[in-house]
Amino acid sequence: MHAPDTQPPDASVLRLENITVRFDDLVALENLSFDMTAGDTRVVLGAAGSGKTTLLKTALGLIKPDAGRVFLFGRDVTDMSERQMFDIRSQVGVLFQEGGLFDSITVAENVAYPLVNRKLQTVSPAQVDERVEDALRFVELEQTLDKYPSELSGGMRRRVGIARAVVTQPPLVLYDSPTAGLDPITANTIMALIAKERDSQNTTTLIVTQRYQDGQLMANFRYNRSSGQLEPISRNGGARDHGSNPRPTTFMVMKEGRAVFEGTEAELEASTDRYISKFVPKRS
Amino acid sequence: MLDFLKPPVAAIQDFYSLAGLALRNVFRSPHYSDDIALQMDIIGVGSLPIIILTGFFSGVVITMQMSRALAQYGATGQVGQIVAITLVRELGPVLTALLVAGRNASGIASELGSMKVTEQIDAMRALGTDPIQKLVTPRMIATCVMLPMLTIIADFVGIFGGYVIAYFTLNLTSSQYWTNAYQALEYNDIVQGLLKPFVFAFVISLVGCFYGLRTSGGTQGVGRATTEAVVVASVWIFVITSLLTRIFVNLS
Repeated sequence: MHAPDTQPPDASVLRLENITVRFDDLVALENLSFDMTAGDTRVVLGAAGSGKTTLLKTALGLIKPDAGRVFLFGRDVTDMSERQMFDIRSQVGVLFQEGGLFDSITVAENVAYPLVNRKLQTVSPAQVDERVEDALRFVELEQTLDKYPSELSGGMRRRVGIARAVVTQPPLVLYDSPTAGLDPITANTIMALIAKERDSQNTTTLIVTQRYQDGQLMANFRYNRSSGQLEPISRNGGARDHGSNPRPTTFMVMKEGRAVFEGTEAELEASTDRYISKFVPKRS
Repeated sequence: MLDFLKPPVAAIQDFYSLAGLALRNVFRSPHYSDDIALQMDIIGVGSLPIIILTGFFSGVVITMQMSRALAQYGATGQVGQIVAITLVRELGPVLTALLVAGRNASGIASELGSMKVTEQIDAMRALGTDPIQKLVTPRMIATCVMLPMLTIIADFVGIFGGYVIAYFTLNLTSSQYWTNAYQALEYNDIVQGLLKPFVFAFVISLVGCFYGLRTSGGTQGVGRATTEAVVVASVWIFVITSLLTRIFVNLS
């Protein structure tokens, strides 16, 4: 697997401009804007019902905004038809909240789905098997090839979902609450996989989550390709031999469809706003 | 003031746009022939036992009921005619459609509804597959092919059920019953007997898919969608059969 290097370093990968989404009378997103360039990590925190999932689906074009524009890889996708969107969506990996696996087909077929269904790049059947095995090995589930999603535990389903999201080696991956409903140990495994994907493929990563620890891990750890382990990032040099550090993680906090905070981890921890500080565990 | 009309009008509009897209996809690639074959198996072959059973007993019941009325005029020998016309024109198509609606409109609605609430439909779209092309069109094609066939089987088994009663309890001869039944049928009867299931097939499959795809509110929503699909499909079957019968009765 090699890192996709087709994107120039500072090209905009995902940009939302003044997005508003309404469901009947309910405002799900209100005037939301941000820009992610290649290699960025953005963690969106928010309580349930704050519009996190809607944000993700709007970015993918699954929900059309009532106002504002969405740009993917510099192209305005706001008014694109579903068919036009398919080509662009094949550049985006996505993990849905419960994994979103198709439960009528096996794990291997699930992971192969994005490869087989893509019209642009056709992959030969032999390569498909190889890529599927690679992707499942990446999430350490290569023994589950012939199982059905219903036979897997919640954490395993989430990992298969990650394998399916990254099997096409997309330059942008979106994660919807990857750790929701998981025990802390499994949650940590999942986040480590996400960091590993980010740092081994230089993937632009958008995570929406309720857990501050998820963001902390993304901001302070990086995957070391030579040792195969996560290691703390030392911002003042060090570990230079093993590739560059990921860029600083941007945090965003959402409340009732609006972005109430955007900034670095330090700024987030320093915030005195009552809603925002609820997400940050008190340091004793 | 007329705000209360908005949801039903919007629902009808959504239904027609779904129907339009599903029909358009019949002529557009990619075609999911595996899914069509699988659905034909589920809808067609899967419904066979219950269709044969109900078809047989409806023929039996019609013969028993009619023989008493016909006996008053000494016309028990004409029972084959009555069974054939009632079954081929009306009861065969409607009974089959109602059973398939109960079996498959509910099955389709609950399957698609579960996929909707577990975000599999969104995942499908995110992975570059049109859910209407992959899920709705194959179900529609499969139902449109299988329902007329099931109706033919139900008609035949029903007439056979009538024969069993006619032969054993009314003491008619085989040729008396079958000739009478055969000669009663006109071209017009066959056409309406096959056109009806074809139209019902669209109603059953599209109503099932429609309620499945607009499911919201978790597992409870799936149950609600399933119930609504069966009720709405059944009501429409009766409405459409009345309209079609009216047209065909005028034609002959």
